[in-house]
Amino acid sequence: MILVIAEQRDGKLNRATWETIAAAQQLAGGMPIKVAVLGASTASVAQEIASAAVAEVLVTDSAALEPYTPDAYASASRSLIESASPTYVLLPHTYQTRDFAPLLAARLRKPLVTDVTAISGNGADAAFVRPMFQGKLAAQVKPVGGPPAIVTTQIGAFRADAAQKGGSASVSKIDLTIDPATVRQKPEAPFREAKQAVDLGQAERIVAVGRGIKSQENIPLAEKLAKAMDAEVAASRPICDNGWLPMERQIGSSGQTVAPKLYVALGISGAIQHLVGMKGSRTIVAINKDAEAPIFEVADYGIVGDLFEIAPAIITELEKS
Amino acid sequence: MKIAVCIKQVPTREWQPRLNDSKTWIREQDVSYEMNEPDAYALEEALRLREKHSGEVVVCSAGPARVQAVIREALARGADRAIHVEHDSLGAADAFVVAEALAAAMKDEKFDLVLTGLQSDDQGHGQTGVILAERLGIPSSTIIMDVQIEGSALRVKRELEGGWFQWIAMPLPALLTIQSGINQLRYATLKGIMAAKKKEIRKAALPDGLQAAQQIVGLAVPTRSKQTHMIDGSAAEAAKELVRRLREEARAL
Repeated sequence: MILVIAEQRDGKLNRATWETIAAAQQLAGGMPIKVAVLGASTASVAQEIASAAVAEVLVTDSAALEPYTPDAYASASRSLIESASPTYVLLPHTYQTRDFAPLLAARLRKPLVTDVTAISGNGADAAFVRPMFQGKLAAQVKPVGGPPAIVTTQIGAFRADAAQKGGSASVSKIDLTIDPATVRQKPEAPFREAKQAVDLGQAERIVAVGRGIKSQENIPLAEKLAKAMDAEVAASRPICDNGWLPMERQIGSSGQTVAPKLYVALGISGAIQHLVGMKGSRTIVAINKDAEAPIFEVADYGIVGDLFEIAPAIITELEKS
Repeated sequence: MKIAVCIKQVPTREWQPRLNDSKTWIREQDVSYEMNEPDAYALEEALRLREKHSGEVVVCSAGPARVQAVIREALARGADRAIHVEHDSLGAADAFVVAEALAAAMKDEKFDLVLTGLQSDDQGHGQTGVILAERLGIPSSTIIMDVQIEGSALRVKRELEGGWFQWIAMPLPALLTIQSGINQLRYATLKGIMAAKKKEIRKAALPDGLQAAQQIVGLAVPTRSKQTHMIDGSAAEAAKELVRRLREEARAL
């Protein structure tokens, strides 16, 4: 069987769980799928998941699992896995999963394959495709030393709406004992750094800059291009890390997720952390000196060349009419 | 306080991938290497913590002889000494093998704090730090953007998705995986480079019998999920054609 570990916070299901369920259904090849919901009050999330075509939804109700800590989640997942004996354990590749799944794998001494974008074959002999070298290469890997093999699915790689529904899975409560003394992290409430002054999610057009812009002195070039296109300026993570543009203009897994009508990636290579934040854009333009940059894989239009020549030429062209 | 920083040597960002004959790994003879970027931030954070709390910073790396280059660079930036688990097979090793190799070499040092980058820019498993913490028997927290230490109490700012953060308290010793951008990197000075030549690099052997948890059965340039229209010509020609297509074809302008 396949065990999917759902992700919820404050009783709200993380949508990426549906993508993972879709991946599990593709991988199953006849194996039954069970979905576990970890947390303290998980009834409504469990009901939502029970609409999927899966065999069973397992819920926990343990105060030690709220709020999330890696130690408690690893303990709970380990108990579930040891009693259910799955062939695979699937999770969405979220920041939370990245925090506790390696701990779980280390404790079980079982393989963990992260950030999976595709599955070839199904059943016990499947292989998993995952990016390597910043997305320049795709590796096909096989877990060694399972079962179970723990697999995390890249956000956006599997389609949530492809998850088969129509099930009326039974919901079973699982009793877990987690010794609070084994939970070493004491989390405080999540917070946002600053109110977001710009809501890039509302922008129709975005011009985003990356490392290719080279220095802070060149940011005005991107701003000028944005103005000519009637677009907002945004950036990939390194630009905001350097303080060249404010953090609130960062696109990607640690920043905002956008899907504008037009997204112009200026000197952005397209690390996966950036792509997840913008690949839903309707039209994507990539301008980069490196013809092999992964950004071209998601682009509708690509220009390989020097952005310091091409951006001014586009501005000139737009100003003509 | 005694701080360890684990660093990995990875291909440079400019490197164009070429595959070996069996298409299961890269052609290593073509590669130029650099320090994994998140690890550089972890090193910087360790140096800042040492400046504040005194103590020593020990750089730990598992890899072939070539990784000496990034170890020397870390020493030049200010780390006090280094531990190098040296073996040719470690260049392509997975997270389990690297973590076990580091754990064996680091165990007896009894570090107060271990820092790693959140993931490597080569294989990118994002697992080594957390597995290492478990093998050292210490708690971990990941994707960290601020580190505060008072006595034996540790408080860290963990990045969540979509611009959210969270403070987490934890006892020392502990392991943290550091997010890029936590600080501003320093570069080595000439004085630092000279001083690094005299600093100790302890060689450690790779323990026998470590098992990889996954096998790469194939490597390839990813297939395009989208039909990309590549626009050629001079800058002016390309700009003109792009603007035309954006207006007439995509109706995005």
